[in-house]
Amino acid sequence: MARAVSNRRRAINTALAWAVGLLIFFPILWTILTSFKTEGQAIADPPVFLFFDWTLENYAIVQERSNYMRFLMNSIIIAGGSTLLGIIVGVPAAWSMAFVPSRRTKDILMWMLSTKMLPAVGVLYPIYLLFIQLGLLDSRLGLVIVLMLINLPIIIWMLYTYFKEIPGEILEAARMDGASLGKEILYILTPMAIPGIASTILLNIILAWNEAFWTLNLTAAKAGPLTAFIASYSSPEGLFYAKLSAASTMAIAPILILGWFSQKQLVRGLTFGAVK
Amino acid sequence: MTFKSVLGVATALTLVAGSAALAETITIATVNNGDMIRMQGYTDDFTAKTGHTVEWVTLEENVLRQRVTTDISTKGGAFDIMTIGMYETPIWGSNGWLVALDDLSADYDAGDILPAMAGGLSHDGTLYAAPFYGESSMVMYRTDLMEKAGLEMPAAPSWSFIAKAAREMTDRDNGINGICLRGKAGWGEGGAFITAMSNSFGARWFDEDWNAQFDTREWSDTLNFFVNMMSDSGPAGYATNGFNENLSLFQQGKCGMWIDATVAASFVTNPNDSTVADKVGFALAPDNGMGVRSNWLWAWALAIPAGTQKEAAAKQFIEWATSKDYIELVAANEGWANVPPGARTSLYENANYKDVPFAQMTLDSILSADPTNSTVDPSPYVGIQFAAIPEFAGIATEVSQEFSAVYAGQQSVEDALAKAQALTNDAMEAAGYR
Repeated sequence: MARAVSNRRRAINTALAWAVGLLIFFPILWTILTSFKTEGQAIADPPVFLFFDWTLENYAIVQERSNYMRFLMNSIIIAGGSTLLGIIVGVPAAWSMAFVPSRRTKDILMWMLSTKMLPAVGVLYPIYLLFIQLGLLDSRLGLVIVLMLINLPIIIWMLYTYFKEIPGEILEAARMDGASLGKEILYILTPMAIPGIASTILLNIILAWNEAFWTLNLTAAKAGPLTAFIASYSSPEGLFYAKLSAASTMAIAPILILGWFSQKQLVRGLTFGAVK
Repeated sequence: MTFKSVLGVATALTLVAGSAALAETITIATVNNGDMIRMQGYTDDFTAKTGHTVEWVTLEENVLRQRVTTDISTKGGAFDIMTIGMYETPIWGSNGWLVALDDLSADYDAGDILPAMAGGLSHDGTLYAAPFYGESSMVMYRTDLMEKAGLEMPAAPSWSFIAKAAREMTDRDNGINGICLRGKAGWGEGGAFITAMSNSFGARWFDEDWNAQFDTREWSDTLNFFVNMMSDSGPAGYATNGFNENLSLFQQGKCGMWIDATVAASFVTNPNDSTVADKVGFALAPDNGMGVRSNWLWAWALAIPAGTQKEAAAKQFIEWATSKDYIELVAANEGWANVPPGARTSLYENANYKDVPFAQMTLDSILSADPTNSTVDPSPYVGIQFAAIPEFAGIATEVSQEFSAVYAGQQSVEDALAKAQALTNDAMEAAGYR
């Protein structure tokens, strides 16, 4: 029986949710507002919130100074490519762990997750040397591979969790009807796990889009994505906060819009199996 | 068509094809600051003169330092020119990581580079990086507040005068702090300031046997003086203030004095950004009567990593970017106040540049800094606000974190100095110096 929730309690919960939401969103909002200020207004004390002379000057300067579209295309290719490759590798791996587990499956899962605890800088030199040897330095292919490998533990963990929710009997029935392994994964498992796979894809695109260690350290002039674009506007000797904010807004806009439109799918996928 | 004209056409085609084949695309890693960004805007001039094109990788200073260090130490070859500073140049030069710039053309006039800059960017007398712009540090002060306090700033003030003036200028009710200084952790932030300041108090990082010197009275005097002055007259939360935070405070009229990089002079006197642009005076960084002032010396310079396939084109770019002609080009388009300062002697002999209000004090500050003789007592290292050894950046970052904890009121001066002494000696022992 559903519990009756009083109007007062509902109002408090709603207000609390809005307050938390605004608190989380405030830094992004402030960045967007700052991007429309002059450099002087950006550092004004007390800060100006809404009542200032809005200007597009920072966006014009950023557009003139940087090739935004090149950075954007690199981001799309690197984030999309690494996620796609990760899903291609992750789906069969998660299938085997969910439906054909061995005694060591749990250990393997924990080991995969533990690789995320290693500080990235600890393997910078080995990976950099490998990239030099393989000719992958400053290439989008190199970053696609590295980001796929970095995010693979998360992809497999998420898919494993979703696959575990699917009754194994359905797959058994398909097998009895003569479905091959490939067909079983492609036509039975995948359609049933679409919400989970979709949320895995979305989350990994966001992670790859925002990744700022490898994308800065393994690129130069050609393959730099939007993280490199933002880094080019940061300076410890000179006040360029308004321009930096404009660059940041341009960098986060695509992923913000993607997240906005896909939030229902994302929440549904992330809470899949959480409530029985 | 005659034989001669056929020969002429063939020769012309060969020359065109030859020049096209020689045209290179060079990749340059650089920092994001006003002068460097301005240079990027003039790249077309370089391309028109040489046929070479340029691809820029602009990064924040600390990111750039990590990025280029990784690349040059692994011989990655991602860049044909790197923007590096006075700290890296002698170390990388001695490692054989940089191309020597000892064969620049006669037109370039390498002898015109300010001797202090050339010295700091050389190893064993060989120049390894050409200075694009150089800086020292100096006092920037509010002339109106100084007058209101009934004081007159000497051209070469002492620390006791600065502390007194800071107290007199402080007006907490109106949000004015007598003095704004760097307290932020980081060897290039608060670490650079306190090290340069300590030189004028007779302190040094190491004795001649590489033993840490934080247990000396000179270091205790330095840190106690700094903390007391900032407690009396500094802004709240100065432990997290670096260059940008102090620039922001000064531009908004909240600082009576600010001792920092000479390049800041063009920012605080720019009426578009600064509310006190017409009320700023300049003086040499303070001393303590011990024969050494507290100013530092730094240059952002262009260097060629050894092993680049485009060494000739890279040298051409460096000759263009750090030439007298480039200075003339910027002056013609954007005025003399915007030319890259602190690199060439001829700039300070130029009558037009002498009209820039901070030009002479910048030159005087640079000339009074000597990286090879920066301490009162002899020291084994080169550098003023740093010691040019590979271990310094790591050690000084940790030491500056201890000092920032003092500024934040989290520990005493004595505790911080004891920790600095121990961690520095440990690191130097591990590195084989002791």
